[in-house]
Amino acid sequence: MLETLFFYAFAALALLGAILTVTLRNAVHCAISLIASLAGVAGLFLLQRAEFLFAVQIVLYIGGIMVLFLFVIMLVNLDAAARERQYHRQWIAGALSVVGTGLIFAYFLTRGAESLKLNEPVPAGPRNSEAVQMLADSLFREYLVPFEVASLLLLIAIVGSVVMAKKRI
Amino acid sequence: MLAPITTAHYLVLSAALLLIGTVGILLRRNAVVVMMSIELILNAVNVNLIAFSRHLDQVNGQIFAIFVICVAVAEAAVGLGILIALFRNKETVLIDEIDLLKW
Repeated sequence: MLETLFFYAFAALALLGAILTVTLRNAVHCAISLIASLAGVAGLFLLQRAEFLFAVQIVLYIGGIMVLFLFVIMLVNLDAAARERQYHRQWIAGALSVVGTGLIFAYFLTRGAESLKLNEPVPAGPRNSEAVQMLADSLFREYLVPFEVASLLLLIAIVGSVVMAKKRI
Repeated sequence: MLAPITTAHYLVLSAALLLIGTVGILLRRNAVVVMMSIELILNAVNVNLIAFSRHLDQVNGQIFAIFVICVAVAEAAVGLGILIALFRNKETVLIDEIDLLKW
């Protein structure tokens, strides 16, 4: 009961934030609505018992990436862009592809609902207090090589972004 | 009495978020907002992964979500660096004015 209420609250926050991100004119307002949307998704992670991802979402997305976005918005002069037309001239092609993707999603969701038993509530089960420990065990044993590759990727991204943004190399 | 939440609810929400992000990528002209829409799409994927991780009672979905977040961070950093370089050279962030490769 309480979970249902919280789900609808967080889902409404995520969807409203997403819609405002796409429609608002000023880029700073877009960034702030994106923060609302990401916070809603973080709440959904908590409802799905992914506590570690909840923390990562708050610290990394809302704390890190959004500060990066706001820095770039301050650095890049967006006043001229805010006064211009906000949407493409090829909006018909874009809208058609979005509708097509939506139809594909609707088809597969209705087809997969029976075979995957998506319409039955997930059994609550006992509260697992060692969820983060299980996550760490799996991450550092089964997925150790991808983990190291990801750290390499982040290193390359750091160097690459500095090289890109530098005036003279 | 409200109906209990099922995995299908999360999947529909994730599909809706992804479609909104697609609208942002395909229709907006401002490159910063296009990058924010990419973040929206990656978040929709994470909602999907977490929903199936709970549905199948496995931890693998959460691990994949961690990797998705990792790639999203790298993408945001490099993308914003490219954006700054682009603004320095072309003095615009409207993506239909950056048409050097267009015939």
